[in-house]
Amino acid sequence: MAKILSVRGLSKKYGNITALDTVSFEVNHKEIVGLLGPNGAGKTTTINIILGVLAADSGDVHIDGLSLSSSRSKAIAETNFAAVYTPLPGNLTLVQNLRIFARLYSVKDAAARIDTVIRQFDLEPFRDKKCGVLSSGEQTRAGLAKAMLNRPRLLLLDEPTASLDPATAREIRLNIRKYTEESEAGVLWTSHNMYEVEAICDRVLFLSHGKVLLEGNPKTLPAEHHKKTLEDLFIAVAREPLTLEA
Amino acid sequence: MSINRTLAIVIRQFYLIRGSFSRVFPLFAWIAVDMILWGFLTKYLNSVSASGFNFVPVLLGAVLLWDFFIRIMQGVTMAFFEDVWSRNFLNLFATPLLVSEYVLGLVLSSIATSLIGLFAMLFIAGTFFKLSFFMYGLTIMPFILVLFLFGISLGIFGSGLVLRLGPASEWFIWPLPALISPFVGVLYPVSILPGWMRFISKLLPPSYIFDELRKIILGQPAAWHAFLLAGALAILYVILAYWFFKTVYQHALRSGLIARYSAETLS
Repeated sequence: MAKILSVRGLSKKYGNITALDTVSFEVNHKEIVGLLGPNGAGKTTTINIILGVLAADSGDVHIDGLSLSSSRSKAIAETNFAAVYTPLPGNLTLVQNLRIFARLYSVKDAAARIDTVIRQFDLEPFRDKKCGVLSSGEQTRAGLAKAMLNRPRLLLLDEPTASLDPATAREIRLNIRKYTEESEAGVLWTSHNMYEVEAICDRVLFLSHGKVLLEGNPKTLPAEHHKKTLEDLFIAVAREPLTLEA
Repeated sequence: MSINRTLAIVIRQFYLIRGSFSRVFPLFAWIAVDMILWGFLTKYLNSVSASGFNFVPVLLGAVLLWDFFIRIMQGVTMAFFEDVWSRNFLNLFATPLLVSEYVLGLVLSSIATSLIGLFAMLFIAGTFFKLSFFMYGLTIMPFILVLFLFGISLGIFGSGLVLRLGPASEWFIWPLPALISPFVGVLYPVSILPGWMRFISKLLPPSYIFDELRKIILGQPAAWHAFLLAGALAILYVILAYWFFKTVYQHALRSGLIARYSAETLS
């Protein structure tokens, strides 16, 4: 069976700045992979390339066996994403936004699916409210509802719980874990909350200066590098990447 | 090509217009003002002219067609600006949506909004100034088609320009029709222009349209080769405008501007 996501030798430069340097990794079915790293490490660049909104200088991306460069539309149809920096258009209501995205993703039986995701993310009271008037937490849940609309095989989540209260964040994590179990989907998840990463991710990749520095199980990786916690390891990656590389 | 994805862009525009007075009002308000202004001016000219020449079809008809052209162009750019204003490019282009489907969605949205404006203009011109488009007969269809195609091309070009230069550059787009108007002879024959202006007007499809409109009203035979040339030019401009938009989009994919559009540049 093809991997849900296969990234090979991805490189990207902005002028003289190297954002990604031959990054390679895979995401398996039912697997949640944490993409970690300090600000500017290349996490969002990686996600944008996988989403097809940024062209890599070299390397290739396959989503469920489909090449992003030669079958972009088909590959992207298997994908969806949520990111705190990309809210749904605020001048449309939640249900209007979901109807539009259901069409863009060619969702079958769209009305029923929209009802399902609205219920799933506890958004019934905001169904006919303009997204611009929702609180940041409600907007985050609206973005997640959009992300689940097409039952994606690959889900890209860029800090999906950043503006949620702990109870809701936990609910969302359970929701997404359940979804991966039922649908065999894979998830690429970025977060700065190491507690969350440890709780949800099966595997983590540490990015630093555009390179994958470390990879492994978030529960055992800190000890393997003589650190007490994942947060200690994160700080070490951010401050002293060379010591870890060696 | 997916009609479903194209319709998503049209439906988005429908939702926005349906619930917004500030979007509905400009669809017919300014062109209505234009019709009233030019309608009374032509009435006045008719009353002071000793020749008995009817200025209504020449001036008001030309202004009506020019306003239709502007509405078509702005229909495309307005639908595009909605994505600029709501910072929606990342959401849209991270879906299976193709550039061709997106642009076709903008064009279909423009047709719908322009028809509202056209009907408003026809109503005012017909009711208050006795200008009936039936007087032109079916010959009006090529006029409308060429202006429609040129309006589409200018709208797509303008959208590409804003995609390339960033949100603040939308102010380049609004005056584009005014910039073109002296060269296309909406209100006067192109033949009175100096040589260098006549050269530019030959490159602009509306200049043939307005010249032929005047000929028909004056009872002269229409030069069909002029329509064909205008049509061919308009189609060429649609192709070039789409090529320009797609090139700009691909540049934005390489530079990262689609994902960070509000930044305008990545420097």
